[in-house]
Amino acid sequence: MSLFNVFQVSSSAMTAQSMRLNAVASNLANADSIVSSDGKPYRAKQVVFEATPMGSNGELSKGVRVRQVVEDASPARLVYDPKNPAADEKGYVAFPNVNVVDEMTNMISASRSYQTNVEVMNTAKTMMLRTLQIGQG
Amino acid sequence: MASLEQHISVLSQAMNLRTQRHQVLASNIANADTPNYKARDFGFEVAMQNAIAGRNDAGGVGMARTSAGHIEGSGAGSSAALKYRSETQSAVDGNTVDMDVERAQITENALQYQILTQLISEKFKGMRSALAPTSG
Repeated sequence: MSLFNVFQVSSSAMTAQSMRLNAVASNLANADSIVSSDGKPYRAKQVVFEATPMGSNGELSKGVRVRQVVEDASPARLVYDPKNPAADEKGYVAFPNVNVVDEMTNMISASRSYQTNVEVMNTAKTMMLRTLQIGQG
Repeated sequence: MASLEQHISVLSQAMNLRTQRHQVLASNIANADTPNYKARDFGFEVAMQNAIAGRNDAGGVGMARTSAGHIEGSGAGSSAALKYRSETQSAVDGNTVDMDVERAQITENALQYQILTQLISEKFKGMRSALAPTSG
């Protein structure tokens, strides 16, 4: 029953989208972390998606997987605050390069994509149930 | 009862293609955020004609039967030739999935599938009523 492949494809997309949501959560939570584990300011993380063959019929069904998690290369946000213990000799503090607006739109997009994939899964489920009902009644 | 069998076989071939199309459309929706992914689809009408004629677009033709003793080969692969959807609005990341189109197509595909299941059910229902003992 090749409709089962739809479940695999949609669930791979849901996993990928939830990883993206995870990255967004991490970025937003650390939007003000001026010292990360390596001593430097936190850098925003983004996930990179990749299409991957899935199930018994790889030509038809392509799922999604997260190829890598990249760190945002944009420069740190410099804020003038000489009283801050993390300030450099000129009085500037390097804040994480997290763009809160970007992250919020990313979050909305991820959650909408997740919802759509749930819907596709439900459609496939309805189709399978209809198939089981053939010849009944 | 060749006619019932023939009807069911055509309908089940159509159902098979609808299932394959559902997979393709689900892949498009799943990859709506994947960079450089190109949305794909196949024409149901052409695929159905190929399926009935025993051709398959993925690789050549079905096997010919030159003797009555030969068993019909089902042929590897599918009769559906995947094509790339033409782009309506271009995205910076090279992705060509248009969510509105995909949603509409997948809903249409699911409805067509339900019509097919309904038609097969009706065929069986007709057969059952023909077999039922006459009342009185």
